[in-house]
Amino acid sequence: MAVAEGKMASRVEPRPRAFHQRPMRYIVGRVFIYLLIIVGGAVSMFPFVWTLMSSGKSVWELTAFPPTLFPQEQIFIENYTRLLTEVPFLVWIRNSAVVTGLNLLGAISSAAIVAYGFSRFQFRGREAWFFIMLTTMMLPGEVTLIPQYLIFHALGWIDTFNPLIVPAYFGGGAFNIFLIRQFFLSIPRDMDESAEIDGANPFQIFFKILLPLSKPVLATAAALGFIGNWNSFMGPLIYLNSPRKFTATLGLRYFSMGATAATIEIGSLQPMENLLMAGSLIVAMPCLILFFVAQKYFVQGIVTTGIKG
Amino acid sequence: MSQSNTVIMPGETTRTRPQRTSYARQEALAGIVFAAPWLLNLLFLTLIPLGASLYFSFSEYQIVRAPVFWGTRNYVTLFTNDRLFIKSLWNTVYMVLLGVPLRMVLGMGIALLMNTKVRGRALFRTMYYLPSQVSGVAFAMLWGFLLNPQYGVVSNVIWSFGVRPPLWLADPLWVKPSFVIMSLWGVGGTMIIWLAGLQSIPEVFYEAAEIDGAGRLRRFASITLPLLSPTTFFVLVTGIIGTFQIFTQAYVLTAGGPADASLFYALYLYQQAFQFFKMGYASAMAWVLFIMIMALTLLQLRLARSWVYYEAER
Repeated sequence: MAVAEGKMASRVEPRPRAFHQRPMRYIVGRVFIYLLIIVGGAVSMFPFVWTLMSSGKSVWELTAFPPTLFPQEQIFIENYTRLLTEVPFLVWIRNSAVVTGLNLLGAISSAAIVAYGFSRFQFRGREAWFFIMLTTMMLPGEVTLIPQYLIFHALGWIDTFNPLIVPAYFGGGAFNIFLIRQFFLSIPRDMDESAEIDGANPFQIFFKILLPLSKPVLATAAALGFIGNWNSFMGPLIYLNSPRKFTATLGLRYFSMGATAATIEIGSLQPMENLLMAGSLIVAMPCLILFFVAQKYFVQGIVTTGIKG
Repeated sequence: MSQSNTVIMPGETTRTRPQRTSYARQEALAGIVFAAPWLLNLLFLTLIPLGASLYFSFSEYQIVRAPVFWGTRNYVTLFTNDRLFIKSLWNTVYMVLLGVPLRMVLGMGIALLMNTKVRGRALFRTMYYLPSQVSGVAFAMLWGFLLNPQYGVVSNVIWSFGVRPPLWLADPLWVKPSFVIMSLWGVGGTMIIWLAGLQSIPEVFYEAAEIDGAGRLRRFASITLPLLSPTTFFVLVTGIIGTFQIFTQAYVLTAGGPADASLFYALYLYQQAFQFFKMGYASAMAWVLFIMIMALTLLQLRLARSWVYYEAER
């Protein structure tokens, strides 16, 4: 990974003419840099740690002054069991998994097919179509949102997962097509031409040659797509109405409303901030785990599309 | 393809021409067949909706009745008779002016730190990047809790210095800065882009400058910044577009309040469309947003000529 090893060693060392001062200045500089990085990293991690700790506290301890970092009663198991039994959290997570899985399947397979068309075949207006595709990436979703809603409404798809899944099967989004096309272009055409001479048809070339070689870019598209789908909020908010069909993000928000509304209405009822923190962590967890598992694919995707795009 | 097996006899020009065009035609057909899913998408989920929303934006359309064309009335109302629209526009511009520069400076700063030779860099990079993976809703919940005026940890820390903390999300003056502070936590996403930009700068430039006696600051200003300018441009443009569409945190945490101080553009658009069901009015808002984003991006592309340095050009 390029990002992992920047070769900056010579630059960090001070210039030779300050030789007699070198150790002191060098050490002070290093200490300063490490201090900055460690403090910054701690600040960056603190919300996670605090949330995790809060999810194991009682409501009483949560609002106590002075605040505690480590929960005194340590009711982690009790809190998480309550969350999963009293609130349909497992259903919401299953819904998110279904939507994300089916969406990704369609998005990646159809993006790969379209990218194949754009990278391996010559047809009239190909460059123009490709340019149009790139410009649609800049189109704010709000402009097409209302008519799309009306289309799905006319199809009777409101309060179903269809609006969140089916569109992905039509090209999988300009971003994915672009990502995969760039990768296909880097695969030498000799490969498919020799297969063609051996009598392979375009489908065989696609499935037997290009796809197996493209696993890294497909993994990148899947990793980025997973995060986008799992975390998406506006789509589910607009299309899903009944609580049992909610995705995890929507459910979390629904649950939080319940918590606060109940607190306002019945003064004696405890706010369930501890459960809310547990829920937030559960919703965030799949993405955090995925990042640890597939770190290099994330970095790769961000680098190719961020810089060359 | 089967044509590749055909033996072409020398001098048989009349036969080879149709052969070749039919091959080209087959290839074109195959290309279009493969591209078809996206072409359908373009037509039915982009172009037709685009035309429809343009028409709605010039209509009275309250979803229960069919849209009635009434000219520019939606647009006129937006700019002359809708206090909340102007307010939402201002709130959003505020977020761009305050949030985008802060995130850029912080993201670049962290990337510069990550680009020095320190031990455990991979671990630190992960620590900085991880927050950007958290979903908008969980992100909002977490920060709503951290910034709680009564028992939130941020307020407690400020109290411990003997200073009275603001009410954060409950204070009309502080709600936007609070959202900016939250967004800084997710800066790791752009940090990675900066880092990639930094690492694509060839080492020899720095070595040559050092030999010429250029100091650290000089090298940063004369090498790093110019060579990083395509990245800067990318982060700036996407940062502005992203901020114009800020929605989830405000919807979840404040619903636009207090006193409409966090009623951002996309949130107000959502309210008009899906809470008041004024589809025509919301469509006009969407088109104003679209035009603003396009204009800003074109303006930046124009300005970029004077400050963005693309290596390939020289």
